[in-house]
Amino acid sequence: MAQIACQNLTLKYDGKVILEDLNFTVRAGDYLCIVGENGSGKSTLMKTLLGLHAEYEGKLETGDGLLASEIGYLPQQTIVQRDFPASVREIVLSGCQGRCGFRPFYTKEEKNLAKRNMERMGVLEFERRCYRELSGGQMQRVLLARALCATQKALLLDEPVSGLDPKVTVEMYQLIARLNREDGITILMVSHDIAAAVKYASHILHIGETVFFGTKQEYLASGVYRKFYEAEV
Amino acid sequence: MLVELFAKIAWYLQYPFVRYALIVGVLIALCSSLLGVTLVLKRFSFIGDGLSHTAFGAIAVASVLNLQNDMVFVLPATIVCAVLLLRTGKNAKIKGDAAVAMISVGALAVGYLLMHLFSTSSNLSGDVCGTLFGSTSILTLTRGEVWLCIVLSVLVVGFFLFFYHKIFAVTFDEDFARAGGTNTGAYNLLIAIIIAVIIVLAMNLAGSLLISALVIFPALSAMRVFKSFWSVTVCSAIVSVCCALIGMLAAILAGTPVGATIVVADIAAFAAFYLAGGMMAK
Repeated sequence: MAQIACQNLTLKYDGKVILEDLNFTVRAGDYLCIVGENGSGKSTLMKTLLGLHAEYEGKLETGDGLLASEIGYLPQQTIVQRDFPASVREIVLSGCQGRCGFRPFYTKEEKNLAKRNMERMGVLEFERRCYRELSGGQMQRVLLARALCATQKALLLDEPVSGLDPKVTVEMYQLIARLNREDGITILMVSHDIAAAVKYASHILHIGETVFFGTKQEYLASGVYRKFYEAEV
Repeated sequence: MLVELFAKIAWYLQYPFVRYALIVGVLIALCSSLLGVTLVLKRFSFIGDGLSHTAFGAIAVASVLNLQNDMVFVLPATIVCAVLLLRTGKNAKIKGDAAVAMISVGALAVGYLLMHLFSTSSNLSGDVCGTLFGSTSILTLTRGEVWLCIVLSVLVVGFFLFFYHKIFAVTFDEDFARAGGTNTGAYNLLIAIIIAVIIVLAMNLAGSLLISALVIFPALSAMRVFKSFWSVTVCSAIVSVCCALIGMLAAILAGTPVGATIVVADIAAFAAFYLAGGMMAK
């Protein structure tokens, strides 16, 4: 049973078809990279998976104990956040919001969960620091800790290394790989970085003029990869 | 000198209308500062401005209709506009700020025109000026108006505390909150309604052109120095209340316009926090 299954999915934006007839499945523990040229519809697909964009036809199902609202999300930084006065603790704790319902305050367990996730991501020492004063890599780890508060099952990461320097980029990739390997968290990653995608992912979804979905090995042997890679280099 | 000043304040405080004014002023300042942080951060500052102009138009209509209690009309009208403005900000054929500009300037023009055409008052420009810049009506509040203000303030503060964590989540990252199953649309609506209530309340104090200052200045001041959402919120509430008190007392003692004096106090506070923030950064 797949956690996420898309069948004949057609995505639209303002009534215009962006992506047609998309088929792919994600199983628990998979590491799927979604790659493609700019404007190929990566972010629309991502928003649809998160339930933020409802303009589509076809079948999009979650299963295997995963609810759509249980996909943890690591968004790209927004302009608002760049001068937002908030402590690291406040931000990580807000990841528990989804499970609160109408309850106005966080429970002890939720506070502990936030603490554990800060520890896991190595940002517990910044707990009281202001988010906007952190470095790019630290910010990403804070947002990752927040996403982990919302889910134990699947994470959707939107270009998690954009704007990071090479060393921090590698660290970030390793951190994500560890979450996937050791904690069995399903990873869906939207990425530009094709080299890292084929290095870390187990499956690749390539969207654009030609659509490809399959395991990494199949992708490497396919014409889609060669064409895309040569264009990049 | 100082003793004399306090004696003079104590003398004024004997009068119930002065006490009413101070109570209402403090409550309004408290309420308006709470959502200031959210408004500034969500880039909604302009909505406060637009709404206050809409409220001006609504007041004009109410006075033309000769309503006994114009609140009955002004409050719902402003809430409707708040909801509309928030909607247009989202899925915009006309972009958010342009829509606000259209509605607010339109409301000002129509309001003034209506007052001009139908007003029976002998002092039209005085009325208009009072509505725009805050009148002395803060000093002529009736007991009923004071109670209404107290009830609305308690509601605003209560809502804010109850939904504090949700407001934070929606302000910091709306997409994340929505993906996690939080009904962000409902909370945006709630925020819009609370803003509308605050604007209508604050019309009495500062007038429709100056309200935004009450909402925005304390938040911006607090953000210069404090670094967590909670501390910024608490600090802006304290700054706002202090500025309102100082401004009102100064206005009463010196006979200056109440709204403008409070705003000047807010500006002074902002300057002080700006300097303090700059010094701390070093």
